[in-house]
Amino acid sequence: MVRAERVHKRFGRVEALRGVDLTVQPREVTVIIGPSGSGKSTFLRCINHLEQISAGRLWVDGELVGYRQDGDRIYELREREVARRRAAIGMVFQRFNLFPHMTALENVTEAPVRVKGVPPGAAGAAARRLLDRVGLANKVDCYPAELSGGQQQRVAIARALAMEPKLMLFDEPTSALDPELVGEVLEVMRGLAADGMTMIVVTHEMGFAREVGHHLVFMDDGVVVEEGPPRTVFAEPREARTRAFLSKVL
Amino acid sequence: MAARAPGEADAIRAIPVRHWGRWVSGAAVLVVVAWVAWSAARSGFIDGQQVRRYQFSPLILKGLRATVVLAVAAQAAGIVLGVVFAVLRQSKNVVASWVAAFYIWFFRGTPVLVQLFFWYNGVPSVWKRIVIAVPFTHLTLYSARTVDFMTPFMAAFLGLALNEGAYMAEIVRAGILSVDEGQVEAAHALGMTPMLTMRRIVLPQAMRVIVPPTGNEFISMLKTTSLAEAITYGELLRRASDIYSSTLNVVPLLVVASIWYLVLTTVAGTGQYFLERRFARGRARSGDGDLGSPWGRIRRAVGGRPRV
Repeated sequence: MVRAERVHKRFGRVEALRGVDLTVQPREVTVIIGPSGSGKSTFLRCINHLEQISAGRLWVDGELVGYRQDGDRIYELREREVARRRAAIGMVFQRFNLFPHMTALENVTEAPVRVKGVPPGAAGAAARRLLDRVGLANKVDCYPAELSGGQQQRVAIARALAMEPKLMLFDEPTSALDPELVGEVLEVMRGLAADGMTMIVVTHEMGFAREVGHHLVFMDDGVVVEEGPPRTVFAEPREARTRAFLSKVL
Repeated sequence: MAARAPGEADAIRAIPVRHWGRWVSGAAVLVVVAWVAWSAARSGFIDGQQVRRYQFSPLILKGLRATVVLAVAAQAAGIVLGVVFAVLRQSKNVVASWVAAFYIWFFRGTPVLVQLFFWYNGVPSVWKRIVIAVPFTHLTLYSARTVDFMTPFMAAFLGLALNEGAYMAEIVRAGILSVDEGQVEAAHALGMTPMLTMRRIVLPQAMRVIVPPTGNEFISMLKTTSLAEAITYGELLRRASDIYSSTLNVVPLLVVASIWYLVLTTVAGTGQYFLERRFARGRARSGDGDLGSPWGRIRRAVGGRPRV
């Protein structure tokens, strides 16, 4: 589903990614952990082209991210084309980023109606089903400011799902939540994983990584240090850096 | 004492702090105002009868209409220009952003009155004819002598609208910048194009920041239209001066005009209040209710209990 080969990302003088290699299989939950500043969020943002990679190759579903390859030549994509490809990738942000001037329902219907051209009636019905699925059937007409953090994040997940993505990216989805609200969001994500959604999750929730993740990736200093099945990595980390990190967070 | 459910607490019924200083200074100000009004009335220059006579005279009402038409047209065009130039200013296209910067710099940096003279007197003497034609054909869509095209209204409209556009561009730009970066990212991540993101996500949120200063601009515009008097456009002040230049009752007619300007700006200010409430939608503080309204403030100031 996603393949990264020696992906580099430079911000001015700082090199956030220094050659990331990673493969994500369809219907698999990949969990990326690592200390802050290790480049895990940057990598996630590169996957749907919110950041442009500086070097290396990155494919989603067999297509280069942000570019089109024709023989040996690589062409930059037009914004419209970038937008079209992004529509197939759902993203959930640390700070929710719900649209504050729209109700929960409008947040969920906006993209299907405006981007995909779904008739408003059908989009509304689909949005209600999604909000019901994340346990917010009674909050459809609330504005984001009237919802708790956990509820907002669940609306954000429903909003991403409304585009029927083939891949979901989660950028520290529970880091901005009060501890007692983390569970309800993880519960929704667990349900998604059980339904076979391909997910890449950047998180500090080690319990979630162990129970739900199929593949665990430890990043540090802009590279993938170690990866493997979560139970193996947690129980017998091979690298010293992984051991040092896990000893601090577990 | 009445029986109470266990656990219910005593309400605090405190005597509010008395602000004696406010009462004293308030009274002093009222005395000064009353004295100024009384001495002005006694001078005889403000002739109430004259004011009443001209307040609704046909010529004045005609001027009032011309003022409203010019202000609304120029402000509307100014808002459109403002949005366009604010977006151009942010554009990745270097030429577009420089053109927008130059426009703002030029029209903010020259007096409106000079701009009005320029449109009314300057343009017709530099360009004799205005022709709109299809290039490389003999097809002419519009052709006129510039003096005929550049009526006082047209010159006043162009001058005020272009000047206003420069100010509105800065207001709209500030509004756009006030919207959280995460909103744009979320919209992009959903597959929305930059144009759609601007229209559906950024601008509606920017409105909360844009509306208050725009209301200010419109109130200012209502009064700035009086400059068009200088290029013979028959707005309110022009009509008033038309009358007093023959009858010499200057002060009453200035009072008549001022009363109409006050009426217009009051109406505009009220409209602004309701617009602001509309665009505060979805904000936590939109639920302030009575406390935020003008009446609520007055009620609170005179010591009444606010209705919550």
